[in-house]
Amino acid sequence: MVLVLAIGDLHIPHRAADLPPKFKSMLVPGKIQHIICTGNLCIKEVHDYLKSLCPDLHITRGEYDEDSRYPETKTLTIGQFKLGICHGHQVIPWGDLDSLAMLQRQLDVDILVTGHTHQFKAYKHEGGVVINPGSATGAYSSFTYDVNPSFVLMDIDGLRVVVYVYELIDGEVKVDKIDFKKTATTRSAH
Amino acid sequence: MIADGVEDEEKWLSAGIAGLQQNAFYMNRAMDSNNLRDALKFSAQMLSELRTSKLSPQKYYALYMRAFDELKRLELFFKEEAQRGCSFIDLYELVQHAGNILPRLYLLCTVGSVYIESKEAPAKDVLKDLVEMCRGIQHPLRGLFLRSYLSQVSKDKLPDIGSNYEGSYTDCESFILLADPELRLAIGLSGLQGPAREKEKREKERNALRDLVGKNLHALSQIEGVDLDMYKETVLPRVLEQVVNCKDDLAQFYLMDCIIQVFPDEYHLQTLEVLLSACPQLQPSVDIKTVLSRLMERLSNYAASSTEVLPEFLQVEAFAKLNNAIGKVIEAQVDMPIFGAVTLYSSLLTFTLHVHPDRLDYADQVLGACVKKLSTIGKLDDNRATKQIVALLSAPLEKYNDIVTALKLSNYPRVMEYLDNETNKVMASIIIQSVMKNNTRISTADNVEALFELMKGLIKDLDETYEEVDEDDFKEEQNSVARLIQMLYNEDPDEMFKIITVVKTHVMTGGPKRLPFTVPPLVFSTLKLVKRLQGQEENPFANETSTTPKKIFQLLNQIIEALSSVPAPETALRLYLQCAEAANDCDLEPVAYEFFTQAYILYEEEISDSRAQVTAIHLIIGTLQRMHVFGVENRDTLTHKATGYSAKLLKKPDQCRAVYGCAHLFWNDDQDNMKDGERVLLCLKRALRIANAAQQMSSAARGSTGSVTLFVEILNKYLYFFEKGNPQITVAAIQSLIELITTEMQSDSSTPDPAADAFFASTVRYIQFQKQKGGSIGERYESIKA
Repeated sequence: MVLVLAIGDLHIPHRAADLPPKFKSMLVPGKIQHIICTGNLCIKEVHDYLKSLCPDLHITRGEYDEDSRYPETKTLTIGQFKLGICHGHQVIPWGDLDSLAMLQRQLDVDILVTGHTHQFKAYKHEGGVVINPGSATGAYSSFTYDVNPSFVLMDIDGLRVVVYVYELIDGEVKVDKIDFKKTATTRSAH
Repeated sequence: MIADGVEDEEKWLSAGIAGLQQNAFYMNRAMDSNNLRDALKFSAQMLSELRTSKLSPQKYYALYMRAFDELKRLELFFKEEAQRGCSFIDLYELVQHAGNILPRLYLLCTVGSVYIESKEAPAKDVLKDLVEMCRGIQHPLRGLFLRSYLSQVSKDKLPDIGSNYEGSYTDCESFILLADPELRLAIGLSGLQGPAREKEKREKERNALRDLVGKNLHALSQIEGVDLDMYKETVLPRVLEQVVNCKDDLAQFYLMDCIIQVFPDEYHLQTLEVLLSACPQLQPSVDIKTVLSRLMERLSNYAASSTEVLPEFLQVEAFAKLNNAIGKVIEAQVDMPIFGAVTLYSSLLTFTLHVHPDRLDYADQVLGACVKKLSTIGKLDDNRATKQIVALLSAPLEKYNDIVTALKLSNYPRVMEYLDNETNKVMASIIIQSVMKNNTRISTADNVEALFELMKGLIKDLDETYEEVDEDDFKEEQNSVARLIQMLYNEDPDEMFKIITVVKTHVMTGGPKRLPFTVPPLVFSTLKLVKRLQGQEENPFANETSTTPKKIFQLLNQIIEALSSVPAPETALRLYLQCAEAANDCDLEPVAYEFFTQAYILYEEEISDSRAQVTAIHLIIGTLQRMHVFGVENRDTLTHKATGYSAKLLKKPDQCRAVYGCAHLFWNDDQDNMKDGERVLLCLKRALRIANAAQQMSSAARGSTGSVTLFVEILNKYLYFFEKGNPQITVAAIQSLIELITTEMQSDSSTPDPAADAFFASTVRYIQFQKQKGGSIGERYESIKA
C-alpha cells in the first residue's frame, strides 16, 4: 500500500494566502510516500512546505511558477502503475478530456494527473484514469464561479488504486472515493 | 596586590574555620557528656572566630554558616537541658559569662529562641530584649550577621506563638526594628568598600549582602500579623523611609525590588500611591525603570490571574496613578536614556491592556506619551530602544489578536515613525503575521488605508539611499505583502472597489522591484470582484458612482500596465489574458479585444525567449479557444495573428504543436457556428508540412530522420476531429498517416525512439478500442485499418 498525494494550482500568494487550515492539519509529514504536484505553487515557500510533507516530490511547471526548472511533463512508476504529470495549460482545449487522453497515450501512462482548470475531475478512460486534483487553495479560476479547495490522495495497492478526493465545501471537508482496477493485460504489450 | 589580598583572605578564612571546628569538636564532646559548663565555654570560643574583621562579607558568610550549623546543635542541647530541669533564668545567667560581647550575644539569641518556644515568658519581652541588645553591635558586618541570626532562629518560632498570642503587632515591630539597621547597613557597607577599580568585587559582596537583607524582608512579609492595614500604616512607610534615606543607588534599587517581590499583589495595589511617591525621591542614578517595570509586570500578571480582581484596579485608579508616576519619573530624570523611557511605556501599555482591555483610549494615551518623548530625540538609533518599541507595538496585537483594533490607536503609526527603516519593516512583518495568524479580514477602505500606512516600509523605498537587501529576505517580505492583499475583503462591491483603489494607490508606489510581487494578487483580487458582479443583474438604479465591471476593467488595465515599467512582460501577458477571459464572461467584447491586443503587443515586442514564447502561445491559444464574445471580424483578426505567431516559433516541433493547437480555434463542440472543418484541416495539414520539414532538417543535419512523435501527435489530432464529426477529416487521410508512420518507423534511417513507438502502439490500441465501442463512434472507426 502506497499513499500518493496529488495536489496543484495553489497559486500562493497570487490568489490565496495559504492552504486552508483544515487541509494543513490533515497533511502531516510521514504519512505520504510520494507527492505529485501539477504546478502553480507558485513560490519556493510552498515547494519547501510540500517537501516537508514528503521528500519524494514530483512537480511539473505551471505558467505562474517562479521556479523555471520544473519540467513540462513527468512520468514515474509506482508499484504496478505508471503515472504521468502535466500542468495542463499546454493541452488545448483546456480541461478537454479527449485531448488529455491523447497526452495520456503520448506519455503511455495508466494514470494521468493534470491541473489548470481548478476543477476536481477523475475519469476512468480507455483503461486508464485521468485525474485533476483541483486547486488545493480554491484559487480563483475563470472556469467556475466558486472554486472549492480540493486535493487527491491515491492509495495504490497492487493492481488497485483507490482515489480519495478531499473537498472543502462550506468549511467542511467532504471525502469521495473512486475505485479503479487495472487489468493486468492493459499495458502488457511492451 | 589585590591577588595577595585574596590569598590572605583565603588563609584567614581557613584559619578561622580550623579554629571554629576545633572548638566545635570540644563543644560537641562536652554536650555528649552533658557538661553544660564546658559546652558553653567551647561554644563561646568557637563563636569568637566570628569576631574577625579581616574577611569580606562573602567569606564571613562562609564562616558564619558553619557557626550557624553548630549553633543548631547547641540549641537542641539547651532544650534538653531545660527538660532536665535547668531553668532559662539559669541558662541566661550562664551564657552571660562569655567574655566577649559577640559570642555572648549569639549565645543569648540561642537561649532566647528556646525560651520563646517554651512560652515560659512572653515572647514579646524576650524578643524585644534581644533586639535591643543586638543593636549594640556597632561593627556593620558582625552586627548584620548577628541580627540575621536572631531573625532566623526566632522566625521559626513565631507562627507557634502567633496562634495563642494576642495580636502579633509586637513581633512585627521587633522585626522592623531589626530590619531598620540592616537596611542602613547594606548601604553603609557599600560605602566602605574601597576604590572603584574593585567595582566587580564590590558588586559581588553587595550581592551576598542583599541576599541577607532580602531574607529579612521576606521574613517580615511572612509574619501573619502583617495584614494590609499594618503594611500600609507601619511597615511600608518605615521601610520606604529607610530606603529613601540610604542615598546609595544600588541599595535603593535592590530594596525597592525586594519590596515589590516579597509582598502580596493586593498590598501593592492598595498602597500604590505610597510606593510610587517614593520613586521620585530615589537617587537619580537608580534604575527606576526596572523597578517600575517589575511592579507593573507583577500587577499585570495579577490582573491576568483572575477577572475578579479587576474591580480592585478600577477602584484604586491604578492606571492613572502609574501613568502619573511614570510621567513624573521621566520628566524628573532628564538623563534617562530613551531605552528606559520606552521600557516604562511598554510596561505601562502591557499593564493597561491587561487591566483595561476595553479602554483603548488608555492604550492610545500611553502611545501618545511615548510619541511625545520620542519627538524630543528624533529617529532612534539605539538598538535596545528599538527592540522595546517593537515590544511596545506588538503588545496590542498580542492582546487583541486583531489588527483592526490596533488600527484604532491613533498614535500607533506615529510611534512607528521613529523606527529606523529596518526595524520599521520588521514591525510591518509582525503586523502581517498577526493578520495571517488570526485570519483577520480587513474590510473597510479606511482600515486598509491605515494598515498600508503602517506597512509603508514594505510597500515602497522609504528614502533615496540604496540599501543592501538580501534577495531571499526581500522575496519573503514581498510575498507576505501579497498574502496580506488576500485578507482585504468586503462583501459590498462598492466598498471592495474602494479597498482595491486604496491598495492600488499604495502598490503603484512600490517601484519595479516590488510590482511583480504585488500586482498579481491585486489583479486576482480585483478579478474576484468582477466575478461577483458578473453574476448579478444590472442594477436599474445604478448611478455614476456605483461599481460596474467596466469601471473595474479600466482599473485593471492601469494596474497591469504598471508592470511594463518593470519590465515583466510574461506576467503582464498572463494577467491580460485572464482579464480578457473575465471580460468575455461579462460580455464586454471591446474590453476583451483590448486586453487581447495588449497581450499580443507584449508578445510581439517584449517576449523574445523561445521557451517563454512557447508558453505564451499556449496561453494565447488556450484563452482564445474559450472566448465566445467576439464577432467574426475580431475573432478572425485574433485567430489569424495567433496562427501566424505559432508558425513563427523557433523550433520546428514547437511550431508544429502550436499550429495543430490552433486547429481548435476553428472548432468548438458547444457552438454550432464555430465548426469550420475546412480551416481545421488547413491547420492540421500545415502542421503536417512542418513535421515533414522537421524530419528533413533532422536528416540533413544529423544524417537520420528524427522521431515520428510529431506524426503520431498529428494522427491523434486527426482522430480527434474525425471523432467530433468534422467532414473534412477522411478515413483515407487517417489511413495514409498511419501508413506514413509505419513506413517511417521501419525505415533504416530513422532514429529509434521507444517513447514514440509506445505512443503509436497506444494510439493503435485506442483505435481498436473505439472500434469495439460500437454505436456511432464504432461505426465511424469501422473502416480504419490499423
